[in-house]
Amino acid sequence: MSPKTKDRLVYTAVWLACFAPIPWLVWRLLGDDLGANPIEALIRQLGVWGLRFVLVSLAITPAARLLRQPRLIRFRRTVGLFAFAYVLLHWCTYVGVDQFFDWAAVLKDIYKRPFITIGMTAFVLLIPLAVTSTNAAIRALGPVRWKRLHRLIYVIAPLGVLHYYMLVKADHRPPLIYAGVLVLLLGYRLVEALRKRAGR
Amino acid sequence: MLIRHAGDLTDNDVTPHGLYLRRREFMTGAIALGTGLAACAPDDVAAAPLKAAKSRYTTSEKLTPLKDITGYNNFYEFGVDKSDPARNAGKLKTRPWTVKVDGACARPGTYNIEDVLKAAPLQERIYRLRCVEGWSMVIPWIGIPLADILKRYQPTSKAKYVAFETLLRPSEMPGQRRAVLPWPYREGLRMDEAMHPLAFMAVGLYGQTLLNQNGAPMRLVTPWKYGFKSIKSITRISFVETQPRTAWNLSAPDEYGFYSNVNPAVDHPRWSQASERRIGEFIRRKTLPFNGYGEVAGLYAGMDLRKFF
Repeated sequence: MSPKTKDRLVYTAVWLACFAPIPWLVWRLLGDDLGANPIEALIRQLGVWGLRFVLVSLAITPAARLLRQPRLIRFRRTVGLFAFAYVLLHWCTYVGVDQFFDWAAVLKDIYKRPFITIGMTAFVLLIPLAVTSTNAAIRALGPVRWKRLHRLIYVIAPLGVLHYYMLVKADHRPPLIYAGVLVLLLGYRLVEALRKRAGR
Repeated sequence: MLIRHAGDLTDNDVTPHGLYLRRREFMTGAIALGTGLAACAPDDVAAAPLKAAKSRYTTSEKLTPLKDITGYNNFYEFGVDKSDPARNAGKLKTRPWTVKVDGACARPGTYNIEDVLKAAPLQERIYRLRCVEGWSMVIPWIGIPLADILKRYQPTSKAKYVAFETLLRPSEMPGQRRAVLPWPYREGLRMDEAMHPLAFMAVGLYGQTLLNQNGAPMRLVTPWKYGFKSIKSITRISFVETQPRTAWNLSAPDEYGFYSNVNPAVDHPRWSQASERRIGEFIRRKTLPFNGYGEVAGLYAGMDLRKFF
């Protein structure tokens, strides 16, 4: 097997793994396995998958450094775009299914409900990152500006975790687990940055 | 079930319904094994048939399917996920079951549930149930009016409120091993609310005894209030002079008030209460004041329902 074929196979496997939650959710939805309130369950599941992929995308750089596997970086774009796809589906299900395009109610929610205001902010901030994910966009922006723009994820990810934390009624353990993982991932970057500065 | 006097029980009354439905399986098993009780281990047969008279409290709305009523529950004593109670509630033993009655009444004491339920004959009431989370169901309850139960203990003039407590038994209620809520679960009503004809103590639904996940052996039903007021698996009833603390109010006082009447005009701080999703329906429907039970409005005359949410 040529290295190129191997590369394609690995890439396809990663893509399929990222895509897998979608057929799984469709299967559960059609099989009446999402409980008595499938719309709410679907919104929750899509939101949680969006958050998971945001965290995985943030884990790729530290993993590549710590495991000395720089080629892992090439998956960052795919994982990040899947994070956006899940958040977009999460948003569409809320607006189009849960609220059934009742824009007045949606706007009121965004305005009045802090957890929705925060979730919406995170979603809107993800859009420029998704739009500038192409090679052409990277060239057009130049690597420095592109990198600066994509540091928005350091704001988006905490907003996503906060959005999850705030909607939970009593058991805060699951969102706190996501918060813990996020602290580790952002902490790693902070330590790296401080080390770099000290090294200068 | 010993809801009625023991003298008039028939075979039908003492055979759990699920077991009855599996009678052929039982016979086949018995024949095949020769001695075979092993074939019918009664693990899924907790509900037994109940006879109840129809009451004037009914609705033409479509009943929520039994599988949704028994599979989609908020009963944090058995876990915080909606599907946890159906999975984890099987271990709870609901017999023998005693209820401690105390406080401002002439007949305090510890009573067997069979005795508590002698207060009145069973009746069926079809009520809407509106959860504070924005979903609702239509449930055919079986039970007796709460007032009939409370009157038997002769509350005194000092009884301004009635407080209820859920069983505290972490060995059979795994959710109680973590302090997700301040256990035991507590609820309360003002005395006039408790004596209102709509207030109901349920022991069954859909013609059968309650399953544990629905609050067996007896749970409150106050259909004009958010579902969490309808406390489950009650072991204590106290007549008190001052407004009792309640579990969700202790947990988040700015989000869950003592009254918690269904009110589309007063939002939960984190979400709107203007609409709800009826389980099984697609489009959300408008939430009605007092969940459509306007007859209770007089209880709150002159009160600012934004302040007393």
